[in-house]
Amino acid sequence: MSHPTISVRNVSKKYRLGHVGMTTLRDELQRRWARLRGDHTALGVTAAREKADSPSEFWAVRDVSFDVEQGDVVGLIGRNGAGKSTLLKILSRITEPTLGEIRIRGRVASLLEVGTGFHPELSGRENIFLNGAVLGMARSETRRKFDEIVEFSEIGKFIDTPVKRYSSGMYVRLAFAVAAHLEPEILIVDEVLAVGDVAFQRKCLGKVKEISQGQGRTVLFVSHNMNAVENICTRGVMLRQGQLVRQGSDVRDIVRQYLAEHQRMEGTATWQNPDNSFANEFFRVDRFYLADRDGEVLTPPVPNDSPISVVIEGEVLKPDSNLQIGYGLFTDDMELLYYSTNLDQPEASWIEWQRGSCRLTSRIPARLLNEGKYRVGLYLSLYRRRWICEPGVKGPTVMFEIIGGLSDSPCLVVRRAGYLSPVFEWKVSSGVELLAEAE
Amino acid sequence: MSALNPTQEIIIRPNQSWLHVDWRGIIQYRDLVMLMVRRDFIARYKQTILGPAWFVINPILTSLTFTLVFSRVLGVATAGVPPVLFYLSGMLGWSYFSNLMTTTSSALLHNASLFGKVYFPRLIVPLSMSISSCIAFAIQLCTFLSVLAFYGLTDRLSVSLPQVLYAIACLPLIVVHTAVLALGVGLCMASLTAKYRDFQHLTGFVLQLWMYATPVIFPFSHIQAKFPGYSWIAAVNPMAAVVETIRSLFFGSPAMPASYIMISVAVSLVLFVLGVLLFQRTARTFIDTV
Repeated sequence: MSHPTISVRNVSKKYRLGHVGMTTLRDELQRRWARLRGDHTALGVTAAREKADSPSEFWAVRDVSFDVEQGDVVGLIGRNGAGKSTLLKILSRITEPTLGEIRIRGRVASLLEVGTGFHPELSGRENIFLNGAVLGMARSETRRKFDEIVEFSEIGKFIDTPVKRYSSGMYVRLAFAVAAHLEPEILIVDEVLAVGDVAFQRKCLGKVKEISQGQGRTVLFVSHNMNAVENICTRGVMLRQGQLVRQGSDVRDIVRQYLAEHQRMEGTATWQNPDNSFANEFFRVDRFYLADRDGEVLTPPVPNDSPISVVIEGEVLKPDSNLQIGYGLFTDDMELLYYSTNLDQPEASWIEWQRGSCRLTSRIPARLLNEGKYRVGLYLSLYRRRWICEPGVKGPTVMFEIIGGLSDSPCLVVRRAGYLSPVFEWKVSSGVELLAEAE
Repeated sequence: MSALNPTQEIIIRPNQSWLHVDWRGIIQYRDLVMLMVRRDFIARYKQTILGPAWFVINPILTSLTFTLVFSRVLGVATAGVPPVLFYLSGMLGWSYFSNLMTTTSSALLHNASLFGKVYFPRLIVPLSMSISSCIAFAIQLCTFLSVLAFYGLTDRLSVSLPQVLYAIACLPLIVVHTAVLALGVGLCMASLTAKYRDFQHLTGFVLQLWMYATPVIFPFSHIQAKFPGYSWIAAVNPMAAVVETIRSLFFGSPAMPASYIMISVAVSLVLFVLGVLLFQRTARTFIDTV
């Protein structure tokens, strides 16, 4: 397609903070009057006052340009106040930009809130039609989809009950069901998925994916759930203080940059040993740190699907086959998950210690740990004889945090309970295979 | 409408012209108009015992009060028409106007939460209000006709059926005229209220004064008799023509001069155009100032 579905050109939006009220009414009347009389001095005075007020102006969105092609699922990423919602409001024509131009090809439905236009006194049935119409559906269209909507919402027999008697979950489900069955060319979704139970959230994300991939519709999506963004978006647009920082189809990278910028961790991923702590006659630790895929010192947070290397650098002072070096992995509240050392493998693959510098590297595999913060403690001992560094008791500790990358499945985008979140293979046997296995 | 239609291009630009009214959008969203009418009607009478009966009770109580106060106590003449009928007929046009104007003037503020979340042509809301108010008007008309029939059948008033039928046939035109006027004033008020809440308080007050300036509780002939040279001032008030015309249609009392009716229509149209333009201009960014 030669034309982008949405083309945003140099869009800016200015808000005036504070006084909109009597003072402005007076100012405005004065200004209008002055303009009417052609009195430029008076005009100048009010203009000057306006200028003095300029700190009370605030650019929520400043000079943002990007294009969206048909079928793209665009994730708008940014902190609170970065201008995401304002941008969505402009795109869905709720307010106008102060500068710039947007061209949209196709019908737009925006879901900035679930249940927009729901009336508490009306029944679920009546609200489906009303909400559908508010979102731009013709009545005939709603009627055609009615059964599907009711089924998706799982409302069942409560369809003729006024929605004010609904539980909040039912309310949200019904509202999303209507929205999900709209057939706009462009769907704008703002943080709607933050509501409802996990099962329903999953269903919603699945639906968004289906809308974009199966039906070639364009979706603009704002969420703070980075797993969801990574999972369903094909493009990312990152905003900071109203300005576009980065955009492109490398969504994972953009999410990573966003997380790295905004979620600084206390504690570090590296420990140095300049004053020779834990001195002993066998091994001197110089550096204990965590590294990413490329061997660079880890910059937290890390997605669940990239491996982390634990690196121990130091100098062997006196080779001893009993020298045991490794680490202990702990949760943030120092609950031990496991130990891993150089002596865990069969004897044949043990390290032959040699005097001098060495580096030990061990990999914590990808897709193992759940989202959360973890601590790694240095394990240094003489096997069965004495501890030099006992993880969790004494010795250096480094930290890292895992956010995102849980799975490529739309059913695993929200953190589940547990310290581990591995993705294992599942084999399903059925029918004949099952019989064959039984024999 | 459901098919992919990428030829339809929406251009979003700042400060579009005053004349930019989204007519095409209004046609696209026509189903919403009727659904909103339904919503208003149902929502207003849910959890009431009498339901839509309030549409009947309200004007009857009002005209009884008027009869008592103005006719019995103050002795205001009613141009030969039985007082109850006189006030009922006066209230017919007036309450449609005042209902519609009140609801329209709060159209923006009352729907701020809705407007802040979803786009549809904002004029849909006042449009649906004008239809909602028609329901009340129709019920009120039935009440009036029943009372009229009662007076006719008991020979208290000579009622000619063809005249009544002719009057009913003319009513839609008058309703449209009233709607145009009420929307015009209401939309102006709504736009002003969006920015300065002062006008919210003004609306009720304006309506009250306006009613006394309109021959609802007295016949227009009174003004003509008392201030012969200045009756045109009353004619500039477009509601005077509406109320007087309804009465003259039903009771055969002397109608207002055609020139006055023309003025009334012209004033209404001017107010309507002004209101629509002001409203659509305000509605596009008013959500920023709420």
